[in-house]
Amino acid sequence: MDKKRREFLKIAGISTLAGLGAPAVVDRLITGSYPLAARAAREVTPGEGAGDQASTAGHGSDTVPSGTRYGMVIDVRKFNENPAMAEACIKACHSVHNVPDLAEKNNEIKWIWLTGYGNAFPDHSHYHKDENLEKNQVLVLCNHCDSPPCVRACPTKATFKNKDGIVAMDYHRCIGCRFCMAACPYGARSFNWQDPRNGLDMNKINREFPTRMRGVVEKCNFCVDRLPRGLQPACVEATGASKAMVFGDLNDPNSEIRQVLKENFTIQRKPALGTQPSVFFIV
Amino acid sequence: MFEKALKGNNYYWIWLAFLGTFMAIGALCYIRQYNYGLGLTGMSRSVSWGLYISQFTFLVGVAAGGVMLVLPYYIHNYKAFGRITILGEFLAIAALTMCLMFIIADLGQPLRALNVLLHPTPNSMLFWDMIVLNGYLFLNILCGWVILTAERKQVKPPKWIYIFVYISIPFAISIHTVTAMLYCGLPGRHFWLSAIIAPRFLASAFAAGPALILLVGLILKRVANFDVGKEAKDKIVTIILYAAIINAFFLMLEFFVGYYSNIPGHKHTLEYLFFGLEHDGHVYNNLVPYLWGFVVLCASGIALLAIPYTRRNDLWLGIGSAAIFFGLWLDKGIGFVLGGFVPTPLEEVVEYYPTLNEIMITIAVWCTGFFILTVLYKIAISVEHEIES
Ligand code: SF4
Ligand code: SF4
Ligand code: SF4
Repeated sequence: MDKKRREFLKIAGISTLAGLGAPAVVDRLITGSYPLAARAAREVTPGEGAGDQASTAGHGSDTVPSGTRYGMVIDVRKFNENPAMAEACIKACHSVHNVPDLAEKNNEIKWIWLTGYGNAFPDHSHYHKDENLEKNQVLVLCNHCDSPPCVRACPTKATFKNKDGIVAMDYHRCIGCRFCMAACPYGARSFNWQDPRNGLDMNKINREFPTRMRGVVEKCNFCVDRLPRGLQPACVEATGASKAMVFGDLNDPNSEIRQVLKENFTIQRKPALGTQPSVFFIV
Repeated sequence: MFEKALKGNNYYWIWLAFLGTFMAIGALCYIRQYNYGLGLTGMSRSVSWGLYISQFTFLVGVAAGGVMLVLPYYIHNYKAFGRITILGEFLAIAALTMCLMFIIADLGQPLRALNVLLHPTPNSMLFWDMIVLNGYLFLNILCGWVILTAERKQVKPPKWIYIFVYISIPFAISIHTVTAMLYCGLPGRHFWLSAIIAPRFLASAFAAGPALILLVGLILKRVANFDVGKEAKDKIVTIILYAAIINAFFLMLEFFVGYYSNIPGHKHTLEYLFFGLEHDGHVYNNLVPYLWGFVVLCASGIALLAIPYTRRNDLWLGIGSAAIFFGLWLDKGIGFVLGGFVPTPLEEVVEYYPTLNEIMITIAVWCTGFFILTVLYKIAISVEHEIES
């Protein structure tokens, strides 16, 4: 009780400061709920403060490296060579996470799915696309944005950013206001319009992962549940040795994903919005 | 004072029974929705807010609009509004109750609503919206009640209440500003991402709120022998006119920016709302009739209120203010929220059609609001009559 009260007073204090127009505080507030450790790390890095961040934010590049930041590279070309692989990824994710398959299109829930190049990258030119992009589709999922609008919008912290960069959810706290769905510029989130068990075969569900209740939002969680067990994300696993998907720490210069990013031209979805997606595409 | 609501003529009771019937039907529909989930509505992954949130948005405006009566009286000492500020305050109470009901109806997990307070999140605009809405509701109940009680005893209201009256004025502005910020701070929703949303919300609120009060005032004159007064009526008409014209002006600015810049994101929703959006060989236009309804109703409403002949005729005046109120409802209570979801972030078009269950719940919330409004106005007017006799 007392702790809650103190917390409240602290927040009230910060808000008052914000009201007084302290731009730094406002900036901190609107960048979302960074865990304290990451915040401290940001603060002690001299010369890489707010200024630098502001100057790069507009180009949608990475923020200051600090700690782990998980990311993913999707090689669309490799998926084009082997169209069955994308379906395998979707199936792997949806069965591992008990994502229901509901008959009503309006109630649809999806964590990872295929969409046209123009749908995934509306800001990129798609006038006379090359044959590959014309014919094939792109796998999309939550981008685990480094500056996530969904986290900023959530009124209960049910959507939050982990210190490893993963944007995760607490299904037990979510009130189902769907503000995060309006805020996400990528359409990455789904809502349980009905009991998800209506679309699950309860004998075949993965008992290691919870099913959700109706009335809450869900989305790709970067397999936050599998990583501590030393497993790769289920979708990445489904691509086998093809390297069509590479997952790893974007802040570790020696990681495989950094190698891939160094050697290939990659793009992010809607970089102009300043969300700083952690999912990159090779097209 | 509540005993005053228990005495009324037959029309009063028939009207309440009429509203009560719809409230009961809506309650049953809500139980259905509560048991099944929001899947009983027409909302979807792509259009994730529907009638509930759009009504909420419009009604926040109606609640804020009442301040256009409070402000001239208390700040500018404009005496003609003395008798009717209470109507503004009571309208705000009814409208805010509807707002809160619409929010609850829209939540996937209504029992967890208090999480917003248990885990206060200052970076979320919804957190602030809840604070200002509840604050404004509290202020209006307090001020309305204390002032009416004093009036009844024919004494001056206590001095301390004026502090709350003055606080309630910026609060009225804030409820609609923060509600606009729910929308205008979201990256990737181009139609909403516009700094003019908050001013436009306020303009349309300051037309819609007073238009409703004027309309109700004209009805009260016939059924309850309560006259708003000529001077007050003229002033309200002026306020409605200016606000409605400014709203139209702001909308034209949106059109200019969208069409002159020719940036697709800025244009698509306007195109969808007013002309129909073509996508993959199909033209999507299910909201077009509503938006043109808005244009026609607002234009004719403005004309009826502006032309001296029609303005002086109570019937035309009533039709004019009803046209403006209903027109602005089409704009903000239908077009603004639903349109913002088209096209989707993945450049697809999904149209929204509310279900019968959803419509009945919506109607029931409106009826509850009018029920509260009727009871409150009955009390206020009975007090007036008591003083007069
Ligand atoms: S993609 Fe959407 S849901 Fe995922 S972190 Fe970014 S804003 Fe949030
Ligand atoms: S629906 Fe849940 S996760 Fe999304 S903003 Fe509301 S409370 Fe947060
Ligand atoms: S990272 Fe995990 S949760 Fe996300 S799409 Fe892949 S398998 Fe699904």
